[in-house]
Amino acid sequence: MSIQVNHLTKLFGNQKAVDDVSFRVGKGEILGFLGPNGAGKTTTMRMITGYLSSDEGEILVNETPVTEENTKIRALIGYLPEHNPLYADMYVREYLSYVARIYKVTQPQKRIKEVIGLTGLNKEAHKPIRALSKGYRQRVGLAQSILHDPEVLILDEATSGLDPNQLIEIRQLIRHLGQDKTILLSTHIMQEVQALCDRVVIINKGKIVADGNIKMLSQHLTKSYRVEVLFSRPVADPTFQEMNGYLSHESTGNSRYIISGNDEHLNEAIFDFAVSKQLKILEMSTRQESFEQIFQQLTAVRS
Amino acid sequence: MRAIYLRELGSYFSSMIAYITVGLLLAVLGLVLWVFPDFSLIMTPFAGVDSLFEIAPLIFIFLIPAFTMRSFAEEKQAATLEILLTRPVSAVQIVFGKYLATLTWLFIALLPTLMYVYSIYQLGSPPGNIDLGQIAASYLGLFLLGAVFCAIGVFASSLTSNQIVAFVLAVFFCFVLYYGFFFISKIASFSGSLDGLIESLGIDYHYHSISRGLIETRDLVYFLCLIGICLTWTWSAIAKRS
Repeated sequence: MSIQVNHLTKLFGNQKAVDDVSFRVGKGEILGFLGPNGAGKTTTMRMITGYLSSDEGEILVNETPVTEENTKIRALIGYLPEHNPLYADMYVREYLSYVARIYKVTQPQKRIKEVIGLTGLNKEAHKPIRALSKGYRQRVGLAQSILHDPEVLILDEATSGLDPNQLIEIRQLIRHLGQDKTILLSTHIMQEVQALCDRVVIINKGKIVADGNIKMLSQHLTKSYRVEVLFSRPVADPTFQEMNGYLSHESTGNSRYIISGNDEHLNEAIFDFAVSKQLKILEMSTRQESFEQIFQQLTAVRS
Repeated sequence: MRAIYLRELGSYFSSMIAYITVGLLLAVLGLVLWVFPDFSLIMTPFAGVDSLFEIAPLIFIFLIPAFTMRSFAEEKQAATLEILLTRPVSAVQIVFGKYLATLTWLFIALLPTLMYVYSIYQLGSPPGNIDLGQIAASYLGLFLLGAVFCAIGVFASSLTSNQIVAFVLAVFFCFVLYYGFFFISKIASFSGSLDGLIESLGIDYHYHSISRGLIETRDLVYFLCLIGICLTWTWSAIAKRS
């Protein structure tokens, strides 16, 4: 079971919302789908679920093309849309029974009970959806998407609105589901990608700008090293030039600097520099290039 | 389709919508037919419920659009239509499921009015001196008229995500179809030439034709065609996505 997207293009008027996008998600893989707002994430996901049709290219789920007309293939896909639309006037159990009926789930009551347990809805299952907090509504959204035990899950911002404890629980659930399902997960939260995803695809202005393992991406893109250091006294700006591999620095407070360099051993160079200038180093820490920064680099340069 | 039908029906009866609309229909009909002297069934010299079939379409013009306006507009507004369209059901099944639910409501709304028929039946002199055949035909006519209004309402609802717009559109369409053609046919310049044709385009003409107790194929075909056209348009509005 896999998702295969080949040269997908979608036009809204003259604007290309999705422009020649291709990627593949294999079984047991959780793919993080990232991009700034309006990059085309939701449009791509809507095409994979069969809600929108593409103008060019094709989508294969389990080697079968997804089209608006093909309603059978949709039974294999679980979908949690971006704003998690629910029927507010229905009760949680009633709503899940309705979903089970649509998908013709065998032994619906048993499965509903199971899913309510999985998503941690036990306490709220007797309430109308209207009365639930955002976090619990999100769980109902997730519950309806996995109720028919789909092999492919499309989760558009699945963890928005959850508090930190709920976040951990839901991430655990997604990780657990990801063991034998194919999951495409879009999100804005970078920690989530790092916590959950094996691979990321970054999309910007409808085009894929990066596709690969998170570690590989960060190594590939990190060209500079940054170290934060607190000296015993301020340093005159020009003297920094004497440091090996020095690129730039910024002062973040009294005698405190963030130094960028292109030398892998920037810390040693700073130490040597301090010795030569008779400075004492009071604090020193390496600044990791965060995934946020990689994301910014990739999406800002091209915008 | 069954799941969608049951959900719709459930949402009508688990909220106040169904009770209020049916209650309102019965309250207005009760007042007009039994209390207001101009239409009162008791004041007419013959045992019959003709006033019911004169008044009901007028109430339906407002009541049915009010009832059907949420059908698709609410789902569009809440974006639940998006998720519904990604489930393994076709747009045709969604439209039919929702439409059948409105027909079920219509049927339930009309059921209590049989009490009026029973009352008049008992009040006849001698009791039972009433043309039941004609009344049955009139009920069929009224149900078909209501079914057309429901189809119009569902169609209007599929055009917009705003329920008020859906309501106003549906009232307008119902009014034009029911009264519009009748009055246009009365314009002097059509007299003697196109007036018959224009009048026969309106619902009023066919409704009264059935109400007389004569069920003709062309009247049935007219109603079924109208329903078919509205539901096809609804389907295309839904299948088009946004």
